Amino acid sequence: MARTDPKKEVVIVGLGWTGSILGIELAKEGLDILALERGPDRSTVPDFQYPNVIDELKYGIRYGFMQKPRNSTITVRRTLDETALPMRKLGSFLPGDGVGGAGIHWNGQTWRPMAEEFRLRSYVEENFGADLIDEEMTIQDWGVSYEELEPYFDRFEYMAGIAGQAGNINGEIQPGGNPFEAPRSRGYPMPPMPEQTDMRLFREAASAMGYHPFPRPAANATQAYTNEYGMQLGPCNYCGFCERYGCINYSKSSPQTCILDALKRYENFSYRVNSEVLRVNLAADGQTATGVTYWDEEAQEEVTQPADMVILAAYQLHNVHLMLLSGIGEPYNPQTGEGVTGKNYSYQMNGGTTLFFRDHNFNPFAAAGSSGVSIDDFAINQIDFATEGFIGGSYITAGLSNGQPIRGISLPEGTPGWGAEWKQAIGEWYGHSMSIGSHGSNMAYRDCYLDLDPTYTDRHGRPLMRMTFDWKANDIRMTQFMRRQIEPIAQSMNPDSWRSSYKSEGARYDIRPYQTTHNVGGAIMGTDPNTSAVNRYLQAWGQHNVFVLGAGAFPQNIQYNPTGAVGALAYWAADAIVNDYLPDPRPLV
Amino acid sequence: MRTFLKVIGGLVVLGIIALLAIIFVPVQRTPAQTALADDWQPEEGHGEYAMRLSDCMACHTEEGGEPFAGNRAIESPLGTIYSTNITPDEETGIGGWSLADFRAALYDGVRPDGTHLYPAMPYENFRHITEEDVRAMYDYFMNEVEPVNQQVEETALSFPFDQRWGLRLWKWVALDDPGFVPEYDDPVLARGEYIVEGPGHCSACHSPRNTVMAQAGLQAGDPEFLAGGEIAGWTAPPLRGPQSAVRGWSEEDIAMILGTGRNAHAALNGEMQLVARDSSQYFTDEDLGAVAAFLVGLNDDVEPVAEDPGETETERLLASASPDMGLGARLYIDNCNACHFVDGRGADEVFPELAGNSLVTAESPRGLLTMILGGSQLPSTALRPYRLQMPGFGQRLDDEEVAALASFLRSGWGNSAAAVDAATVADTRASLE
Repeated sequence: MARTDPKKEVVIVGLGWTGSILGIELAKEGLDILALERGPDRSTVPDFQYPNVIDELKYGIRYGFMQKPRNSTITVRRTLDETALPMRKLGSFLPGDGVGGAGIHWNGQTWRPMAEEFRLRSYVEENFGADLIDEEMTIQDWGVSYEELEPYFDRFEYMAGIAGQAGNINGEIQPGGNPFEAPRSRGYPMPPMPEQTDMRLFREAASAMGYHPFPRPAANATQAYTNEYGMQLGPCNYCGFCERYGCINYSKSSPQTCILDALKRYENFSYRVNSEVLRVNLAADGQTATGVTYWDEEAQEEVTQPADMVILAAYQLHNVHLMLLSGIGEPYNPQTGEGVTGKNYSYQMNGGTTLFFRDHNFNPFAAAGSSGVSIDDFAINQIDFATEGFIGGSYITAGLSNGQPIRGISLPEGTPGWGAEWKQAIGEWYGHSMSIGSHGSNMAYRDCYLDLDPTYTDRHGRPLMRMTFDWKANDIRMTQFMRRQIEPIAQSMNPDSWRSSYKSEGARYDIRPYQTTHNVGGAIMGTDPNTSAVNRYLQAWGQHNVFVLGAGAFPQNIQYNPTGAVGALAYWAADAIVNDYLPDPRPLV
Repeated sequence: MRTFLKVIGGLVVLGIIALLAIIFVPVQRTPAQTALADDWQPEEGHGEYAMRLSDCMACHTEEGGEPFAGNRAIESPLGTIYSTNITPDEETGIGGWSLADFRAALYDGVRPDGTHLYPAMPYENFRHITEEDVRAMYDYFMNEVEPVNQQVEETALSFPFDQRWGLRLWKWVALDDPGFVPEYDDPVLARGEYIVEGPGHCSACHSPRNTVMAQAGLQAGDPEFLAGGEIAGWTAPPLRGPQSAVRGWSEEDIAMILGTGRNAHAALNGEMQLVARDSSQYFTDEDLGAVAAFLVGLNDDVEPVAEDPGETETERLLASASPDMGLGARLYIDNCNACHFVDGRGADEVFPELAGNSLVTAESPRGLLTMILGGSQLPSTALRPYRLQMPGFGQRLDDEEVAALASFLRSGWGNSAAAVDAATVADTRASLE
């Protein structure tokens, strides 16, 4: 069974943040657009409705809003000589599916990378010498500068309604903000989230040590807000169910709260759910895409959808998978270093210290995903890489995102994991712990990449994508450095006890425990078609009518949560498409 | 005795003659109120705009149906009335109607064949539409609306309401003089008055019905005009007087809620959502301002609500989080507080205020109960596209609980409406199923 549908001007693969942004920006231009979403439709009511969604077992443990490995997974190995095996259970990272994508189940931390991060290789070479970057490390510049992207960060932050305290407005340092951030053209659209006890303790300790604490930028609304599309947010009520859940309260920025109902008003826009794109179809000469083929779950048939332009707006892993399956860009070869698609897959190096206080009750059940205090005193632009012996940096942060009973209770070291003593400790310590985390960069390496698996296939018969990834000494040195900064802060706070968890020398990548859903690279942007998969406008080098959105464009991972940069790049690409590409469709570089 | 029988006989004969006359003598149609030149042509867009002002679409379009093809079931106290097809289809619509036929439907509530229209068609108000707007709308329906061949469900009310000739008698009582004479000299207020009294037919829901179920007030000068009514289980709140829903609202507040379905105080509910969806969101800013100015004027004798009443007793009780608080307060914290907050003031344009909210404090609690049980979703409008939705709590709360919660809301934060009992909740619940 198969059918061919009438041609569209634009087909968008995936209806999360980037698909929604491109959807509305192109819909405004009057283009006939179809968005294809592999998962179900989702709305605040009924899908995130109170109290149904406040269910840790269903959504926090059993991943109600995440992709199901039986439908979609990857194979994983750590080194080139291992045989990759399918990931049959989610763990390390949690890609979502359905309308809204990961935009519904994130915590909402919305950062701008440092200006230095966009030209990381140049920055290191200029300041510390090219020798510091060894042959195995394949970091690159992005091909776009922070200064160029600033208006698009601003646009995204005002669209999404971010609560925060600016630290640098047009070069003027602002009290209470992050003095190390790149200059922004104006402050955040909403005041920052109020300070809770753990935040106060950390802020006081950090200040006493001469650091520069500031509130985390949050996509959790602190007041009623209306954005450029007329979409609305209501103030967050600190229910403590952000990450892994849809927001009950119209308070967390998401495609649903910020874009979709405005987008659905355009008659030239339509979307289909339960429609998984299987491949992008290319013209006989391979120079352009002719559309996509997708699996229509409802009709149980393959559909050929012709289109003039294809926007890949799925999650990073799926964009890269589709490129590999469709012949978009030459697949990266780690032996020769040639090829681009799948190159520079990278992740995030995090660690943390948990502090236990008998005398403080942190009320963690009243929490928001992004509520917290951070310091950037050990950020990428603050560290002497030559002296410290690594390239990278972290923000250091304290903040309780939830007090959920199954996963949200920390116990002091030495407490049994079950039985009467465990039970007693739960009673004793619930609400009495806080943590200081390090959220750090991860460099790109020659042998960390994505390609098609030679053995395993998915339910459509397509080869699974294979992830080859392991932790490297450079990043472990970085996180150990952060440990050495955090533990003195923790000790200065006089906790009754504390425990640390940082990767140490020899640590190997383990896909079982949750780490972060900040998978980046594989469809990296750049200025040279020999070393990047897409150009600086996220346009495929080889097929000018294909644009690839999302964190796949990051040439290595930044020290921050990726959504701010993903959003800014989406508006940057949308602007290039509307003002430069549509009037004259061609390679923009 | 004979004389008496003769008299009786005579009266019967007279009665029959009168009855036959009522039934068969054609209705005198109201003529055009302004003489326009035969070649008068509406400006482009005038007809469609007059249709938006008159909100023809909401009633004459079925959910998901073709525009103006009728067949929407309108629940009236007399029974279900199905709206007619007003597309220019010759066979099933109004394609064969002359301008005079069209005007007679608007002004006199009669079809070309003389059949009386039920007053679900608000000709009590449409009698006041100007000839220009009538002509423009006629032009729009005949030339711009797509004809749709669709036979609508026949309206079949039970006896005696199925005897449509009786409406002729009703009209003698219900209808006032046609045409529009403003109470105000100010052109903005006069424009607002025109829209509210005429095409906007606000009074059809917002004025109470008198003993013969006619609108108890049709014009600004009538004390009962916009004094509050009820429609389809929802409250059509008073728009004047001490219980006025717009008490203390600015012109901007009123323009905002009509244009977007929401403002800093409240959100539209029930049938009024259709008005915003199909009608008022399309008003020009000038017309929204005129309607708002007129309504603010109607309320200038009303004591405004205090902008910030400070911390109320209710707020203190809720913030205490005491396990001893009553069932209603506890249910509020568990179900409502997340959005509407302890101060009952919600958040501008997103979460409506409950303090002083006309739905909460309405004399009849039905609208409030319908909201708690079934929830509500705002329409998407150009300026505020978000279809914000309050979920229903009918699955979660039983009748006793809803009664306790509703009673708490009706008496909290300075509200002073009567308590609600479980039987009323059960009744409302049954009507929703």
